[in-house]
Amino acid sequence: MTNEILLQLLAAFLFTVGMLVVLLRRDTIMILMGIELLLNAANLSIVAFSKSANMIEGQVQVFFIITVAAAESAIGLSILVNLYRNFGSIKTESATTLKG
Amino acid sequence: MEIMYSVLPALILISPLVGFLINGVVLPISLKGFAKTPANTAGGVATAFIGISFILSVFAFIILSNSQTENPSLVVNCFEWFNFGGLHIPFELRIDKLSSLMILIITGIGTLIHLYSISYMHDEECVGRYFAYLNLFCFSMLLLVLGNNLPLLFFGWEGVGLCSYLLIGFWYTDTEKANAGKKAFIVNRIGDLGFLIGMFMLFQQLGTLTLPEISSMLANPEVVARIMPSVTLICLALFVGATGKSAQMPLYVWLPDAMSGPTPVSALIHAATMVTAGVYMIARLSPLFELSPVALSVVAHVGAITALFAGSIAVAQTDIKKVLAYSTVSQLGFMFLACGVGAYQTAVFHLMTHAFFKALLFLGSGSVIHACSGEQDMTKMGALKKHLPHTHLTMLVGSLAISGIPFFSGFFSKDEILYSSIALPGGVSYLFFIGVITAILTAFYTGRMMSLTFYGDKRYSHKVEHHLHESPALMTFPLYALAILAALGGFLGVPHLLGDYLGHMPHYLSHWLDPVVPAKHLPLVGVKIALHEGVVMAGSSILAMISFFAGIKLFKKHMFVQDIISGFKSFEKVLANKYYVDELYNVVVVNPIKIISNFCASIIDKNIIDGAVNGIGSQVKKIGSGLRVLQTGDIQSYAFMMIMGLLLAILFILKVLV
Repeated sequence: MTNEILLQLLAAFLFTVGMLVVLLRRDTIMILMGIELLLNAANLSIVAFSKSANMIEGQVQVFFIITVAAAESAIGLSILVNLYRNFGSIKTESATTLKG
Repeated sequence: MEIMYSVLPALILISPLVGFLINGVVLPISLKGFAKTPANTAGGVATAFIGISFILSVFAFIILSNSQTENPSLVVNCFEWFNFGGLHIPFELRIDKLSSLMILIITGIGTLIHLYSISYMHDEECVGRYFAYLNLFCFSMLLLVLGNNLPLLFFGWEGVGLCSYLLIGFWYTDTEKANAGKKAFIVNRIGDLGFLIGMFMLFQQLGTLTLPEISSMLANPEVVARIMPSVTLICLALFVGATGKSAQMPLYVWLPDAMSGPTPVSALIHAATMVTAGVYMIARLSPLFELSPVALSVVAHVGAITALFAGSIAVAQTDIKKVLAYSTVSQLGFMFLACGVGAYQTAVFHLMTHAFFKALLFLGSGSVIHACSGEQDMTKMGALKKHLPHTHLTMLVGSLAISGIPFFSGFFSKDEILYSSIALPGGVSYLFFIGVITAILTAFYTGRMMSLTFYGDKRYSHKVEHHLHESPALMTFPLYALAILAALGGFLGVPHLLGDYLGHMPHYLSHWLDPVVPAKHLPLVGVKIALHEGVVMAGSSILAMISFFAGIKLFKKHMFVQDIISGFKSFEKVLANKYYVDELYNVVVVNPIKIISNFCASIIDKNIIDGAVNGIGSQVKKIGSGLRVLQTGDIQSYAFMMIMGLLLAILFILKVLV
C-alpha cells in the first residue's frame, strides 16, 4: 500500500472518530473537539491529495480551513459559555427547549 | 354646425345620466344622506335633465326630417368599447328614423312622467333615490334604442332591467314588493339568456354585431344562403329575450306583480317604454326575422295567444292597476302579432299609440289611487266622477283610445294590426279572429274599469271620502298632455281608405319608417283592397263600441262578471286567479328548484364541499402532529439527520442509488 492510500485511510478514520464523537458524546466541549477532528481529517485528506496530484491549491485551501476552524472554535466556546449561564450545564440533553 | 349634429346622440344620452349622478351621488354626498334631498329639488333636477334630452331629441327629429338623403342618420362613435379577436365593438350611437321616434316617445313621455312624479312622490321618503333611478332608467332606455350594435343594445336592455328591479322594489321595506322586484329581475334574466345566445349565434354566423352591417349583409343572397340553416334558431333565441322583456307567454308573470312599484314607474317602465323593447328589437332586426317564416309564425302565435289570455284575465281583476297591467300584456301581444305577420311598421305604430294611452291610463289610475288614500281595489271606489273631473275626463279619452273607438289613436293602430293579420299573402289567418276577440275584450274590461271607478254607486268609506280631492295641477297637466296625444296620435297613421276622404292624408308614420323598417310583404298600406279594409274597420269599431258601452252600462250596477252572466261563477274564479299560472309555475318550476337547492345546501354543500374543506384542514393537522415528534430539541439527533441526509446525497451523486 502506498503512502497516499494510507494517508487517506487515516483521514477517513479520523473523520469517523470525529463524527462519532459529535453524535455520541453529550458533553458540548467534546462535541466541539469532535468538530475540530472532522475539520482536521478533511485537511489531512486535502493535503494528501494535493501532494499526490502535485497541485498547490489544496494546501492553500487548508490554510483557509484552519483559519475558519479557529474562528469556529472561538464562537463555539462563547456559545458554550452562554449555554452554561442559561442552563447551568453544558450537557446537550439539558438544552432541549425547542422540543416540539 | 356639423359637429354639433354628430354629438347630438351623445348629448341626448348623457343628459339623464348627469341627472342621475347629481341626484344619486352629488346631492347625497353634499347633504350627507339620501333622505335629506328635498323632494322638489330632486324632482326638479331630474325633470330638467330629461327635459333637455327631450328638446335635443326634437332637434334630432327636425334634422332627420329636413335631411334629403334616403336613410338619414346621426352617428357618433364615442370610444372603442372593446376590441379583441375578431370582435370589434365601438361605443357607437346612431339616430335613424326608427330610433328618433323611440327617443321622442321615451324622453317626451319620460318628461311628463317625471313632472307627474314630483307631485305624486312628494310625501315619500328618499325621493332623491327615486328620481335618481328614474333618470338612470331613461339613460338605459335611450342607450337601448341609440346603440348601433347589439352589445350596446344589450347593455341598455340589462340597464332597464336593473332599473325596473330597483323601482319595483322602491318600497323595499315591504317584503312583498321587494319580492315582486326580484321576480321581475329573475324572469327577465331567463329571457336575457335567450337574447345572449341569439347574439352569440348571430356573431358566429355573420361575424358582426353592428346593426347596419347586419342589414347590409342580409341583403346579400350568398350570406343568406349560408346562414339559412341556423336563422330560425337565432330568431327564436332572440324572441325568447323579447318575451322576457316584453312580458309575453310564458314569461309574462312578472309584469302584473311589477305593479307594486310606484304608479308613475308602472306608467313609464311597465307600459310606455321598457316593455316595448322586445318589439323595438324585432323591428330593428326585421331583415333577420324575415328570413325565417317559422320564427315569425311563432312570434305571431305567441303574441295572439298572449293577447287573448291576458285580455281575458283583465276582465276579472278588481285591482285597478292589475287590470291595466294585464291590458298592457295583452296590447304587447297585439304588437307581437303585428311583428309576426310582417307588419313591423304597424307594430311600431301601435307601440307609439299604446305608449300614449297606456301611460295616460296608468297616470290616471295613479291620480285615482292618490285621491283614494292609496286604495287600489275598484270594488271600494265608484262614483268618483264628480270628485275627480279632470282625471275622469282624461282617463275617458285614454279608455276610448285603447278600446279602439273611431278616430282615437288606438283605433288606427289596432285596426291596422287586425287588417294586417287578415291581409296575409297566404290568406286569412285564424289569428285575425283571436285579434278581434281580444279587441272586444279590451273594450269590455276598459269599460268595466271606468264604470267601477268613476260611475255607479259610491262604495268608498267615510275616511276616504274625507280626503277625496282632485290631484294638483302638476299631475293633471301631464294627464291632459297625454290625453291630447292619445286622442290625436292616431292621425299620424291614417289608413289610405280614410286618408282619401280626409283630404288625401298620407300615412305619415309609414313614410317616415320606410327606409328603416321596410314594409315588405304587406299589401297593407298603400294597396287598396277597399272592401276588406272597410269591412274590418267598420266591424271592429262597431264591436268595440258595443262592448265598451256594454262594459260601462253593465258594471254600473254590478261588480263582477258573474252577476251579469250567471253560470260564469267558476270561470270567473279561474280568471280572477289568473288561470292559476303562478301556482302552476310554483309547482313546475319554483318548487323543484327549491327542492334541488335544499338538497344542494343540506347534502352536497354540507357533506361534499364543507367536507372537502374541513377534511383538508384536519388531515394537515394530523400529519403535523405526527411529524412533531421529529422535532426533539436535541441537537445531536439533528446532526444525525444531517449526516444521514448528506450520506444519501453522496450516494445519489455517486449513482449508487438509482
